[in-house]
Amino acid sequence: MGTLTIGCFASLVGSKSLDFTLKLADAAADKGHKVNIWLSGNATGLGKNHQKHLKDYSTGEKPALELLKKGVEICECEACALARGILKPDAIEGIQWNAMHWYLAKIHGSDRVLHIGGE
Amino acid sequence: MSIVTCAFVIQRPPYKSETSTLGFTHAISWQVVEMLLEDGQNVIPTVCFTGEGVLNLIKDQKAMENYGVTSIESHGKNSLLVDLDMLVCKEDLDRFGIAEDRLLDAEDMGADKKLQIVPYAEIQKAMESCNHLLFF
Repeated sequence: MGTLTIGCFASLVGSKSLDFTLKLADAAADKGHKVNIWLSGNATGLGKNHQKHLKDYSTGEKPALELLKKGVEICECEACALARGILKPDAIEGIQWNAMHWYLAKIHGSDRVLHIGGE
Repeated sequence: MSIVTCAFVIQRPPYKSETSTLGFTHAISWQVVEMLLEDGQNVIPTVCFTGEGVLNLIKDQKAMENYGVTSIESHGKNSLLVDLDMLVCKEDLDRFGIAEDRLLDAEDMGADKKLQIVPYAEIQKAMESCNHLLFF
């Protein structure tokens, strides 16, 4: 089995790229691959807790919690989150906060990297 | 010894979105990645500029005056200061009519590195020879 690192920079609402990231990570984890997800820029909105699932909008909290249970590592850019008013008490438990070198370090140990840039 | 190479390809224009800034800041974070790796391991980025991405490199940007944020020019200068290789597509500069003397440098900060203006074929080689590609 391999290691896949996905960097996602797109927002949860307004784009389907982050929704795709979560689904791809789930499929890879189910196949037994190690998966890391790095969230930067607008993607850090995923890490905010108490998301209300309105049917017209993508939601990320429940899928993220399920991924964490499967051993997927999820980390978001602390500066990007703080700049958007997402504070640590608002964070989904289990999602790590770190800086951009976390992503590069995970890239180092990965067989494949999928970088999904921002809009 | 285990070196992983990454090509950061910046193709978005400055300020319209956060994308190109994040390309720079992620590449610069290479400076501290060793903290999370074992001895002898490293990640070496090469930053490539194509299409509208070359507009990020124009000097005398007034971002602080106009937007109240650090300019992308300063990120570019810091990238040179930390010795990142930065390849700029010559054809795209020509397409926009941007002469070399309009591009940033970091001589005032004491950087040894300079922007490398190269034909697209050189950028293609960099993309083909790296371990991982990241488009910004």
